Amino acid sequence: MGRYFLSKLIQSLVLLFGVLFLVFMMVRVTGDPAALMLSRNASPEQLEALREEMGFNDPALVQFKHYITGAILGDFGNSLHFKTPALPLVLERLPATVQLASVGMLMAIIIGIPIGLVGGFTPGSVVDSIGRFLALIGQSVPNFWLGLMMILFLGVRLGWFPTFGRDSWNSVVMPAFVLGLPVMGQLVRLTRSAVLEIRGEDFIRTAHSKGLEPRTIYLKHVLRNVAIPLVSVIGVQFGYMLGGSIYIEAIFAWPGMGGLLAQSIGWRDFPLIQAIAVFTSLIVLLLNLLTDLAYSIIDPRIRYGR
Amino acid sequence: MSIILQVKDLVTKFYTLDGVVNAVNGVSFELNEGETLAIVGESGSGKSVTMMSLLGLIPMPPGKIESGSASFNSEEGLCDLLQLSPEEMRDIRGGQIGFVFQDPISTLNPILTIGEQISETLIRHKGLSKEQAREQTIKLLSQVGIPDPELRYKAYPFQFSGGMRQRVVIAIAIACTPKIIIADEPTTALDVTVQAQIIELFKELRDALGVAVIWITHDLGVVAGIAERVLVMYGGRPVEIAQVMDIYKDPKHPYTLGLLRALPSLEAKESKRLKSIKGTPPDLLIPFKHCPFASRCDYAFDRCWEEIPPLISVGEQHQAACFFDLEEGGPRHD
Repeated sequence: MGRYFLSKLIQSLVLLFGVLFLVFMMVRVTGDPAALMLSRNASPEQLEALREEMGFNDPALVQFKHYITGAILGDFGNSLHFKTPALPLVLERLPATVQLASVGMLMAIIIGIPIGLVGGFTPGSVVDSIGRFLALIGQSVPNFWLGLMMILFLGVRLGWFPTFGRDSWNSVVMPAFVLGLPVMGQLVRLTRSAVLEIRGEDFIRTAHSKGLEPRTIYLKHVLRNVAIPLVSVIGVQFGYMLGGSIYIEAIFAWPGMGGLLAQSIGWRDFPLIQAIAVFTSLIVLLLNLLTDLAYSIIDPRIRYGR
Repeated sequence: MSIILQVKDLVTKFYTLDGVVNAVNGVSFELNEGETLAIVGESGSGKSVTMMSLLGLIPMPPGKIESGSASFNSEEGLCDLLQLSPEEMRDIRGGQIGFVFQDPISTLNPILTIGEQISETLIRHKGLSKEQAREQTIKLLSQVGIPDPELRYKAYPFQFSGGMRQRVVIAIAIACTPKIIIADEPTTALDVTVQAQIIELFKELRDALGVAVIWITHDLGVVAGIAERVLVMYGGRPVEIAQVMDIYKDPKHPYTLGLLRALPSLEAKESKRLKSIKGTPPDLLIPFKHCPFASRCDYAFDRCWEEIPPLISVGEQHQAACFFDLEEGGPRHD
């Protein structure tokens, strides 16, 4: 168990280093970074001053060392737009993004998994048919369109939810639903097929042959095995959701990291983009680590390295 | 010797999209207390479905038990297994009738410890506490020949070899000291040396517990070592029932004879080609109007194509379903 986790931790650190390297290269290999950051009619003196200030005149290795030490200390330089350190700007937006992603994921889990379970245990039933239809819709409707429609009908016509911002408790409902819907569809289908597969396994027949109550068999033998594929999908999808959803945050004017990323790209605010990129990767890596941990708790074959 | 299980005219069909599969077409047999009965037949002969039907393990739908009875001398007295409610059946399954399945790799839940998989049966049927069940499970593990049972209690199936897993499955089957163990090809998925060990273990446990065993197999070579009586099935029907020695020495049905000729023999002086039975197993989608084996039989004559031969007595405790007398070399006179 300890060894498994340690190896996963080391893998994550190697990946994080790779991400840092890519982000570093991203700015340096796309041309003159100073020219990219300043507007087109900047004078040669202004360009030279920025190069000196950002250290672009130093050898690449020296720059990389400064960048890495800075990243470890949480210093990605000052945002060009706000003229203040970049990382605190990102952290400021974090709660909104975490709230949006968590509520969206919760909706997907609470709605998707039960529908999938019912479908898997009673394939062909009414609930199953409706669930599969909803899953198909959820996975195929473009979420920016759905967002606009919800604003139009639920927000403007019916006035049930605020149409934008994050000012009242129910502001989160619409953007979270739109964000969670594709995942919900995926969870319905995955849960359904996993239940069907596990129910047909020989060890379920063995469980029946022991005379166990159907409820015990479902809870103990079926569900725990179904949880294995679900955990991995939930982990990966939650990572995506936390990485910021540029469209949805833009449509609902949600003050999260996705919105900030969209703006900072417009401003060509490289330090800020770098900070968001590295920070988002860090979140995804952490989530993967947690997913692996959850995995190993459920499945002994992974715990013992098989 | 008293009869513990008497099956009469069991008929099981599967209603599939391709049509009705006539899996079991009137199977009757009886099982005595402490006796080992082998059920032999090729794939699709209905041997597994017969057993699954008796214990309500047939998926319904598409499966349906059309008719028949199976009176079982349970701890609560005589009862018809086919008439029990699902709850009553669950009390019998695992409690009074134990099961051993073919492939020990897939018959154990991969994410539960083997200790838990054994003790849950004990908790279900004997009403033991977790701690009592643990003690009992450790005893069972050592009884089926697993070394370091206390350590192995916490092990997972993937940490065991195939033979060891089959021992665990056997431990589950005998956990509640059942009256009957149904072993559905328990050695087919194992290699030959392990096969011999498992058969040996079965014999030991059978004699120690006095339990009756129904041993389903397609391997007549295994049968001689363990069974007292043999039921040969073909096309979902019993074609011959006899004492094990009579089956080998004096088979009365051409199909049984064919199976025996397909066995390699250690005594044969020169190397001989094994004789296979020509043709393929019957299509169970078509209900039979004649002997199901007629198309593959060397001895078939016109009567075989006109009616289904009934099971008739051909000797002491020996029945066969054939119109042809193999000894006389001509049609049987009745």
